Amino acid sequence: MWVYEKKLQYPVRVSKCDPLMAKFLMEQYGGADGELAAALRYLNQRYTIPDKVVGLLTDIGTEEFGHLEMIATMIYKLTKDATPEQLKKAGLGAHYVAHDSALFYENANGVPWTASYIQAKGDPIADLYEDIAAEEKARATYQWLIDLTDDVDLQDSLKFLREREIVHSMRFREAVEILKEKRDEKIFF
Amino acid sequence: MNDQVRFYKPFISPLDPCPPILVKSYSTPPQLFIAFQPPNLPQFSPFEALKYGTLWPALYSPYDPKNARQEEGN
Repeated sequence: MWVYEKKLQYPVRVSKCDPLMAKFLMEQYGGADGELAAALRYLNQRYTIPDKVVGLLTDIGTEEFGHLEMIATMIYKLTKDATPEQLKKAGLGAHYVAHDSALFYENANGVPWTASYIQAKGDPIADLYEDIAAEEKARATYQWLIDLTDDVDLQDSLKFLREREIVHSMRFREAVEILKEKRDEKIFF
Repeated sequence: MNDQVRFYKPFISPLDPCPPILVKSYSTPPQLFIAFQPPNLPQFSPFEALKYGTLWPALYSPYDPKNARQEEGN
């Protein structure tokens, strides 16, 4: 089970009215390497991974939901006061006709999220390598998002999220090292 | 200059349709160089740790938007 804290992991402040940026941010909301995919991937893989790294997947998967909330907050702030006309200009006309201003799990091109974005192979090394790749791809996505906005407050939150991807990648790499070790095996002389 | 950025000079054709970008760059953050984080690394203050998103300077990776960065490699 989870305990919910009614606050964001890191403050989200958006200072520029820019609904087009909301469209780009949706890549991290419902995209292949987005926070939803990350959270569901890790929290599902953890059942069939060696005990030593179950906790790591639980912790990181949980944190990804915290990141999902931050992205949702950014998108919400950027679209909640936009008129249908403004949304149309920002390329969100097709989104509006299906969802009004509601958020939905789609990528920046409006493609709905699908479970085929994620995998659980059951092989611990294969799964952890996928997780490392997912973190690096999410880090790159944050880089390109930072490049696409000149709102320094939004950049600040995105830089925090990019750094978290780096820390997660480090931890997954360490998990691989732990599974490579023979420490627990009986040594015969 | 950010030493976590690598630069390379792509091939430029005389027939390219657009003005060429002479130097391209990509990010090589610290986790690539640490196999297993050693214990007792120096730590940021709590406020800095929140601001940067990590407790350890060894894992901190600054990121400058690409437009600003491309120039530096020239």
